[in-house]
Amino acid sequence: MITPFNFIIMIFVLICAITAITVKDLLSAVVILGAYSFFMCLLWAEMGAVDVAFTEASVSSGIGTILMVVAIIKTTRRSKD
Amino acid sequence: MINKSDDIIVMTIARLIIPFIQLYALYVLMHGHYSPGGGFQGGVILGASFILLIITHGIVEARKKISKKAITLFSSFGVFIYAGIGALCLILSGNYLDYGYLSKILHVDAAHARSLGILGVETGVGLAVMAVMVSIFINISSFGESAPENNTDEEE
Repeated sequence: MITPFNFIIMIFVLICAITAITVKDLLSAVVILGAYSFFMCLLWAEMGAVDVAFTEASVSSGIGTILMVVAIIKTTRRSKD
Repeated sequence: MINKSDDIIVMTIARLIIPFIQLYALYVLMHGHYSPGGGFQGGVILGASFILLIITHGIVEARKKISKKAITLFSSFGVFIYAGIGALCLILSGNYLDYGYLSKILHVDAAHARSLGILGVETGVGLAVMAVMVSIFINISSFGESAPENNTDEEE
């Protein structure tokens, strides 16, 4: 385990999470959420849970992002609040 | 409903890359019992390749490759493989999903029968997950309407 690398990834995860819930454009929020899952996947892989990292990369960062993009295409792109 | 893309670069790249995605999905599925990966992840990657086909080539073109009947058949057939292998072990006087007892019909030793049994179960899981992922994507992207092969004439 490399501790400085862990902290750098943790900072990126925090930045992505806070940005994804504050941004007004929902398509940007989905893309940032995909980046969040990818950094989460890096964190899992770095901590030794390679199988969880694989699932995170394929399910959350691949299928989850594309399902939310399709949902945004079918509804509205701007956030109401 | 997703229409066909009019960009030749997107369509050519998708056509070139889809077989390699499917090959990688089969690799992940086959090596699931002694390396990271397995039935669920392989099935998701296999479903992602079909979703890429739907996005780039339109849903009408993709329906020729994987029809609505095939999706229903694959999703139930995957569950059937999983439950069938489990019940087969039950019939062969073992516990449910106890693959060691499969050695009586496969004519190999118990350790090899366990390896083959987990491979069969993961194939079933992969088929079911692939079909359900494609089905969820098609249902979201078409508002849950029925497939375009049924209502092309009367609604457009």
